[in-house]
Amino acid sequence: MESTQIDSTTSETEALTGWRSMVADLNADVQTFKVSWGKAMMWFFIVSDAFIFGAFIAGYAAARIAAPGAWPDTGEIFALHLFGADIPLLLIAIMTFILISSSGTMAMAVNYAYQGNKKVAHRLIMATALLGATFLGMQVFEWWELIGYGVRPWENPFGIPQFGSAFFMLTGFHGLHVTCGVLYLLWVARKVRKGGYEREGNYEGVEIVGLYWHFVDLVWVFIFAFFYLI
Amino acid sequence: MATSHDHDHHEPQSFWTKWVFSQDHKIIGIQYFMTAALIGVWGMVMSWMMRLQLAYPGAFDFITITNYYQFMTQHGMIMVVYLLTAILLGGFGNYLIPLMIGARDMAFPFLNMLSYWTYALSVVVLLSGFFVPGGPTGAGWTLYPPQSILSPGTPGADAGIVIMLVSLVIFIVAATMGGLNYVTTVLQMRAKGMTLMRMPLTIWGIFLASVIALFAFPALFVGGVMLALDKVVMTSFFMPALPGIPGDLPYDGGSPILFQHLFWYFGHPEVYIVILPVFGMISDIMSAHARKPIFGYDMMVYAMAFIGVIGFAVWAHHMFASGMNPFFGFFFATTTLIIALPSAIKIYNWTLTLWKGNIHLTTPMLFCIGFLSTFLIGGLTGLFLGNVVVDLPLHETYFVVGHFHMVMGVAAIMGIFAGLYHWWPLVTGKLMNPFLGKVHFWLTFIGTYLVFFPMHHLGILGLPRRYFNFASLGFLPDSVDTLNVIITIGALVAGFAQLLVFINMGWSLVAGKTAERNPWKAASLEWQTPDVPAKHGNWGPTLPIVHRWAFTYSPAGHDEDFIPQTVPLVPVGGDGNGRRTGGNGADSGSSGSHGGVS
Repeated sequence: MESTQIDSTTSETEALTGWRSMVADLNADVQTFKVSWGKAMMWFFIVSDAFIFGAFIAGYAAARIAAPGAWPDTGEIFALHLFGADIPLLLIAIMTFILISSSGTMAMAVNYAYQGNKKVAHRLIMATALLGATFLGMQVFEWWELIGYGVRPWENPFGIPQFGSAFFMLTGFHGLHVTCGVLYLLWVARKVRKGGYEREGNYEGVEIVGLYWHFVDLVWVFIFAFFYLI
Repeated sequence: MATSHDHDHHEPQSFWTKWVFSQDHKIIGIQYFMTAALIGVWGMVMSWMMRLQLAYPGAFDFITITNYYQFMTQHGMIMVVYLLTAILLGGFGNYLIPLMIGARDMAFPFLNMLSYWTYALSVVVLLSGFFVPGGPTGAGWTLYPPQSILSPGTPGADAGIVIMLVSLVIFIVAATMGGLNYVTTVLQMRAKGMTLMRMPLTIWGIFLASVIALFAFPALFVGGVMLALDKVVMTSFFMPALPGIPGDLPYDGGSPILFQHLFWYFGHPEVYIVILPVFGMISDIMSAHARKPIFGYDMMVYAMAFIGVIGFAVWAHHMFASGMNPFFGFFFATTTLIIALPSAIKIYNWTLTLWKGNIHLTTPMLFCIGFLSTFLIGGLTGLFLGNVVVDLPLHETYFVVGHFHMVMGVAAIMGIFAGLYHWWPLVTGKLMNPFLGKVHFWLTFIGTYLVFFPMHHLGILGLPRRYFNFASLGFLPDSVDTLNVIITIGALVAGFAQLLVFINMGWSLVAGKTAERNPWKAASLEWQTPDVPAKHGNWGPTLPIVHRWAFTYSPAGHDEDFIPQTVPLVPVGGDGNGRRTGGNGADSGSSGSHGGVS
C-alpha cells in the first residue's frame, strides 16, 4: 500500500503517541487494518463462525442443565478396549493429538510458502489435509461405534437423550467444518503445486487457509473440553 | 494497495454476465432491492388478509383460522428478514458502499453475486412453503416450540416449518457472505482521505448493521438447526416430555425457553440491523435537504456504535412474559432503558439539524420528517414496554403490535422511501414526479398512523394480539370493533398508496425528466462519479481523493451552498477535517474536539 496520505491527516498522525495514535491508525483512510482484503475477510468470517460455535456450545450447555437425569460418564462411553483394559477417552485423545499436530504442519507450510519453497509447502499442506482426513476417519469410526451401542439423536441407552443429540450435533457440525477444511486445503495445495501463488507473487492464500484450519482446531479444543472432559 | 484486486475490472459483455449474474455492486444492489420489494408486496397483501378478517370477521371464505395464522407468520418473517434486512443491507448497502467511500466495487464481487443468488434461493424456498401439504408454518414469526413443530400444533407444523427453517438457514448464509463483503469493503477500501470519521453516516449505519448481523445471525442459525433437528430427527433440545399428546413422541426434557433465548439473541439485534442503516440514511438525506451540516456527527457515530453493543444485552425484554428469574427481568429492563439514551441523542441531533436549517420540503425530506415522527412515537411506547411491570399486562396485546410496527416497521419503511426518492436520480439519471411523491408520502404517513396509532389504545383496552376473532371476549367495549374497521381501512389505503411509488418509478424511467448531475446538491462522494449513473468501475481512470467530511452545507463565504468531499480544503479556517461553521450561524456540532484524530 502506498503510504502517502493527504491533507491534515498525515501531519496530525505523526505527532500522536499511545492510545491516540492507535485511534488514529484505526481511523486512517484507505485501510483500517494493514492486511490484504482476503485475510481481513477470513478474520471477520472466523469471528462470526466463532459465534456460531459459541451458540452451539451454549445451547448444548443449557440443554444439558435443563435435562432431567444425570449426564452419562463420557470417560466410560468413549473408552477404547485395548490390551484387556478400558482406557478412557483414548480414541479422543488420539484424535485431538492428530488435529493439533495438523496445526503444526500447517504452520510450517505457511513458513515454507512465504520462503517460496513450493515443493515443501505443497507436501506440508498435503500432510495437513491427510491428518485432517485421518481425524475425520476416526470420527466416522467413533460415530459407528456409538450408533452400534444404540446411541441415536433421539435416544441414548446410557441415560438421557440430550447426550446423543448434543454429541451428533456438535461433532457433526465440527466434522463438517473439518471436511470443508480438507477440501479447501486440497484446493490450495493444488494451486501451490501448479504455481498459482508463485505467479501472483504472493503466498498469502496459504496463510489464509491456515487461519481457517487453526480456527477449526481451536474449536475442537473447546468441544473436547466441554463435551468430552466434563 | 496490498492486493491484486485492483486491476480486474473488465466491463462484462454478455447479457447474462451484465444483468443476471452480474458482479457489479450496482446491479446486485438493484437486484436485491427489486427482489426484496416484490416479496415485500406479498408480505403487505398478507397483512390486508389479516386486517380484513379482524374488521369483518367471517365475511371472507378464503380467510380461515389456519390461513390467518399462516398469513400472520409469513407477513412477520417476510417483512423483518426478507424485506427490511435484505433491502437495507443488500439493496442500499451494495449500491451505496463503494460509491460513498470511493471504491470501484466490493472487495469480492463474485462472493457478492453469490450472496444475491443465495438470497434469491432463500426467497424461492420460503415461497415454496405455500405449495406444500399443510401450507407454510403458522407459528408466529418467533417460531416458538413446542407448538411450531408439533403435530397437531400450529398450522404447517409438518412440511411448513421445515421449509421455513431451511429458508432461514439459506438466508443466513447469504447475509453472511454479503456482510463479510460490506465490512471488508468499508474497512479496507476507502478512498484516500476518506477516514472513518469522514464517512457519511449512511455508511456508518450499514457498516455497524453488517457487524451486528455477523454476530446476531449465528444465534438464529443455531436455533434453527436445533429446531430442525427436533422436528426431523426427534432430538429433544427444545422439546419437553409431552404427556397426553397423541402419538408415541420420544421427546423428553428439552427446554422451550432455550429456543426463545437463542431466537431473541438474534431477534433483538435484528431490529438494530434494520434501523441503523435507516438512521444513517436519514441523517445524510436530512442534512442535504436542510442545507445544514448534520448536528453532532461524532455523537451520531458513537450513539450508533453504543446501540450496536448494548443491543446484544437487551434481548430478554421480549421474554418478560415467558417466566424468568426476576433478577433477569431487572437486568434486562435496565439495559433496555439505557439503550433509549443513544436513541434520544439521535432524535435531538436530527431535530437540531433541522433547527434554523434551510429546509426544502422535497419528497425525501418529507419521508425524513415522517421517520422522525414514527420513530419517536414508537420509541416512547418502547419505554413503557421496557419496564417489566408495565410489560406484563401489555405484552399480549395490540400495544406491542402498535409499538414495534411504529418503531421498526413504518420508521424503516419511511427511511427506505427517503433513500429511494433521494438516490433515484443517482441510480437512473431520471427524476421522479415530485407531486406524485408527495401524495405517496401523505397517504403513507396518514394511513400508517391510522393503522398503528389506535392499536396502542386497543392494547390498553386489553385487545389480545394474535387472535383470529374477538367475538367471545366479553370485556371489550363496542368501540373496539369500530376501531378495527378504521384500522383496516387505513391499512388498505396505506397499502394501495404504495402503487404510487411503483407508478412513479415506471413513469420516471419512461417519461421522466433527465436529472442534472447532482439534483439535490449533496456534498457526499456518491454524486461525484465521472458519469451519473456511474459506469462499471465507478471512477474512471483515477480514484477520487477526499478532503473533507460529507456535510459541508451552507459554508460561510462561499458561492455555492455546498462543497463536495472531493474539493481540497481552503488554507484558512476549518478544523482540519473539513468541518466548519455553517452559514446559518449553527455550529457543525463537532468543532475542534476531533478532526478525526487530534
